[in-house]
Amino acid sequence: MTEVRPRIRLPRSASAGDSIVVKTLINHDMESGQRRNSAGETIPRQIINRFTCEFGGVMVIDAALEPAISANPYLEFEAVVPASGEFVFTWYDDNGEVYTATEAFEVS
Amino acid sequence: MQHLKPAKSFALTAAALVALTGVAMADPDPTAELVIDGELHLVTRAPSDAITPNLPERYSGWLFRESDTRAMQMDDFENPAMLAAEAGADLWTTADGTAGQSCQDCHGDAEDSMAGVRAGMPHLNADGVLWSMEDYVNNCRTERMGAEAWRWSGDEMTSMTSFISLQSRGMPVSVQIDGDAAPYWEQGRDMYYTRYGQLELSCASCHEESYGLMIRADHLSQGQINGFPTYRLKNAGIVSIHNRFRGCIRDTRAETFAEGSDEFRALELYVASRGTGLSIEGVSVRP
Amino acid sequence: MLTRRDTLAIGLGASAVAMLPAAVLADAVDDAIAAFTGGAEMADAGVTITAPEIAENGNTVPISVDAPGATEITLIATGNPTPNVGKFTFGPGAGASMVATRIRLGRTQDVMAIAKLADGSYASTRVEVKVTIGGCGG
Ligand code: HEC
Ligand code: HEC
Repeated sequence: MTEVRPRIRLPRSASAGDSIVVKTLINHDMESGQRRNSAGETIPRQIINRFTCEFGGVMVIDAALEPAISANPYLEFEAVVPASGEFVFTWYDDNGEVYTATEAFEVS
Repeated sequence: MQHLKPAKSFALTAAALVALTGVAMADPDPTAELVIDGELHLVTRAPSDAITPNLPERYSGWLFRESDTRAMQMDDFENPAMLAAEAGADLWTTADGTAGQSCQDCHGDAEDSMAGVRAGMPHLNADGVLWSMEDYVNNCRTERMGAEAWRWSGDEMTSMTSFISLQSRGMPVSVQIDGDAAPYWEQGRDMYYTRYGQLELSCASCHEESYGLMIRADHLSQGQINGFPTYRLKNAGIVSIHNRFRGCIRDTRAETFAEGSDEFRALELYVASRGTGLSIEGVSVRP
Repeated sequence: MLTRRDTLAIGLGASAVAMLPAAVLADAVDDAIAAFTGGAEMADAGVTITAPEIAENGNTVPISVDAPGATEITLIATGNPTPNVGKFTFGPGAGASMVATRIRLGRTQDVMAIAKLADGSYASTRVEVKVTIGGCGG
């Protein structure tokens, strides 16, 4: 697979205390472990099994993901932004790798 | 059952749908407007002309999709094809091969140098031979960069063609079909009307005579290529034009041509011309 | 101990074996629900699923679930061989107890969402999503 690249979308602006919509996407095959290759062998499972988002050190969402989540997992949720701070997004791969993205967010 | 546009054919479609598949309702919308991120308006209905005497109007495949699939293409964040386009943008600036050069080194910013390239593909090269975008990319790699050719439908190639096509998004399809291109175009047209396989179906049987109908629970479109490269939900990945042609011919239970074959280049030129005036959507989302 | 599916297969012989997939699936769904609720009652109000009535391809079905006040939501695809889809835990930084994602559905089926509310009670809902076979043209 090509390089893993997380994508994050936050609104352009928000006021302190607002709840904002956060969208995330990461390129990943989410290999379910149920498919077979052309030789008839089962392709081993390799998925993103967990995703977390924190803002200013406070947990927003913690998701346990199963193979039924589509390839290139997309997650959308809402976060409260009491003050300016940093978002930290983390994806956990079955293969032990952890992908992190951070995004500063300014409130007005 | 040729027009998608009038409300009456819409009703017919629903009836055909129930008859053919038993699925109760679906919601392709012939009047939908394709606007990307609320800003960029794309042309999904274009007037027909002498190239397509049997089509009253030209329709992008986007119009035939369900609302959820359509919506996925209307937002660049939600469009999974953008992941490939971004990977292509990285490849554009990455040096490769014995010459140690990147695409950027010669072509500069793709936003300028590649704008309009998709809209005019395929076209004749300097030797008068019809080439697809993949051919141009691989020629630069092997002849100019001293790098290995990419596989026609490999990740690198589909990422790169996605990125290059994006630079033409919103431009009208406009391919040269006269002069030295004419023999290729005629070859492509002949293929389009050739009945293939055990089912004895031509491209036209499905995409000209039957669009708007359901086939195996799939809404038949006009089989336009203005949306390519396409992110197919089925593949969870980018599909090239030739890959799609191959699948369509295989569905008629016929022996098919190879990706990158002369036959598919000619067919690509002809099918591209059938979409003249439609916006390049590259990169689109299809089931 | 015999599981329910063993009992079926042993007790009823061939005809039961033919029925097995549905029974096994029902078991798996029951198991998934029980794993989340511990067998507690579930109210049938307060959870909303938004999903297409017809999905053009089961590989990528957009879905969102909203359960005001929930601390945790689990999504279950009742017709998938492995019904669990995901479990979402909302922290103090969550602006709403909602999440939207894209899921794989093997066939037409009910998708179920169960929410655990702040008071420890549970609520659930289910919607049917028709999955068209589609995928013509390769
Ligand atoms: C050494 C310089 C050089 C490099 C490096 C190079 N190209 Fe080219 N490329 C050219 C030249 C010269 C042409 C043909 C002249 C022209 O633009 O009409 C061309 C033509 C093309 C075309 C056809 C343009 C059209 O108008 O149809 C495409 C597409 C293309 N290159 C893509 C790429 C990509 C992708 C890469 C990197 C993988 C790349 N090139 C690397 C020099 C280069
Ligand atoms: C048996 C009917 C059938 C035949 C014959 C057929 N196709 Fe298709 N084709 C389909 C179906 C079904 C789809 C998927 C739904 C749609 O977009 O029409 C499709 C999709 C396509 C698409 C993708 C359209 C888009 O918007 O992304 C293209 C391009 C295409 N076909 C071209 C061709 C060409 C060229 C031929 C002849 C070589 C051909 N098809 C023959 C049934 C057919």
